[in-house]
Amino acid sequence: MKIIVAIKQVPERDAQVRIDASGKWIEEAGLQWALNESDAYALEQALQLKEKHGGEVVVVSAGPERVGSTIREALAKGADRAIHIDCADLGNRDALGVARLLAAAVKPENPDLVLTGLQSDDLGLGQTGVILAELLGLPHASLILHVEKTETGLSVKREWEEGWFQTVELPTPAVLTIQSGGNKLRYATLMGIKRAKTKEVRIVEATELSINSAPVVVLERVTLPNRQKSTEMLSGTAKEAVAALVEKLKFEARVL
Amino acid sequence: MSGIWVVLEERDGRVSRISWEAVAAGQKLAALTGLAVNAAVVDAQTESLAAEAAVKALSKVARVEHPLLAAYTADGTSLALQQFFEDEKPDYVIFPHSYQVRDYAPALAARLGQTLIGDVTAIGGGPVFTRQLMQGRLNGSYRHTGVGPCFVSVQAGAFRADTVEAGAAEVAVFSPLIEAAQLHSKPGERYRASAQTVDLASAQLIVGVGRGIKDADKIPLLQELATALNAELGASRPICDNGWLPLERQIGSSGQTVSPKLYLAVGISGAIQHLVGMKGSQCVVAINKDPGAPIFEAADYGIVGDLFEVVPALTEALKAAKQ
Repeated sequence: MKIIVAIKQVPERDAQVRIDASGKWIEEAGLQWALNESDAYALEQALQLKEKHGGEVVVVSAGPERVGSTIREALAKGADRAIHIDCADLGNRDALGVARLLAAAVKPENPDLVLTGLQSDDLGLGQTGVILAELLGLPHASLILHVEKTETGLSVKREWEEGWFQTVELPTPAVLTIQSGGNKLRYATLMGIKRAKTKEVRIVEATELSINSAPVVVLERVTLPNRQKSTEMLSGTAKEAVAALVEKLKFEARVL
Repeated sequence: MSGIWVVLEERDGRVSRISWEAVAAGQKLAALTGLAVNAAVVDAQTESLAAEAAVKALSKVARVEHPLLAAYTADGTSLALQQFFEDEKPDYVIFPHSYQVRDYAPALAARLGQTLIGDVTAIGGGPVFTRQLMQGRLNGSYRHTGVGPCFVSVQAGAFRADTVEAGAAEVAVFSPLIEAAQLHSKPGERYRASAQTVDLASAQLIVGVGRGIKDADKIPLLQELATALNAELGASRPICDNGWLPLERQIGSSGQTVSPKLYLAVGISGAIQHLVGMKGSQCVVAINKDPGAPIFEAADYGIVGDLFEVVPALTEALKAAKQ
């Protein structure tokens, strides 16, 4: 089974993000970067399928040079090789534009399965995998927690709202977007980190993929959200703050 | 061009609440653009849903109907709506941002050379569509610059369903051409994992636990707080993903929806997937080390600090207050 996992590098979860001078994106200087969480689950699913059925796991990621560190992390966890779509203007492309990049890199690989995370932790669009399926002309299923290989293709566990699930069967090749929590994530071992250094990372220049990069949707401005509620912040030491809180809950909100 | 089309979804045999919110968003957009608002229902049987929509202030209601649409598939719904919209040539298409829409609308938009502006929380002059970035820490203003229909999905709770007024719409049937061979996936019956033994929905006091607790061995600390408060323990998704608390305690879009008197969010950053599950709470308290965490947007009272100091202090204070 040849599995491609599309991964994204995003700002680390606890990173303090600030709006940049252009007002159109965040200040990237000094940020710590990490593998997008649901993409980590997509990678884990791919590695488990490979362990069970054999084959190859190839990660693909688009972005500037810094993305290389996240690619190495995926290789250290067990991916066999990687494709890095070198692209300095990822932020200027809309979801369709990014999916076009990925599709152009994935198509010649003729994979049996393409996995990606449900959505990114930065833009949160949750569209790339579904559009990628459309561009590759492959069936897809989204919000997937569990993947089982069958005689004819795949049987997957799909999540719905409010605790509902569904089993969906689909033929391969196919594209799945993976929800977090379906598997336990592995850590890279020391041996894995060492091996990753010698694994192939093929760099593809975005400009050489000759695809339409003109966006139809543009992010014009980034702003701080307006407060919906007036939050009363309780300060002081932990002891002072909780004393004030208990007072408020008893006599102001009257919920105790 | 034929104005604004809102795609309605069914829930328990009725038009879903979030679909009416999408209609409200359509009417907001209509007020900005002067365009007419229409609605489409997509299924094997659409008569009763169309009848519900026909008595609202909509121009037209389309019944996009085909026997192969009985069970939802991304292929079937995309094909049906692609044909319908190629025919109608809408200016805007608005969807409720449901799990189903997330599954097909990006592909449908791409097929028509468009990109969905998903999970929109506000619509302003321009029109400019606001959606959240960085897990709710920032907002982004998006504009459609392409030629052709603009596809938008709206977040649950962002627009008010009760603003949709009564009226009379013209109803028409649209029959898409779909063949069984074009549907690649076979959807099974939907099921719920296990009998729920914890009913968070009726709990009056809830302590919600988030990834700020860092480690499973910190759960007892929160359990002590819940006990002192006589509250139920709930959690955000990562806690249940890690198996630190059972899935039945998950609060949010894929878990339970709660509306207690008091919701105490501990180490929860406040991603929208969690907020939709608890924003009906009467009083929200947030304890978090990050003053920029979006949970504070939804909180009545906030304490910025180390939860490993604040939580034990609060447990002690609550025990003392009881005596």
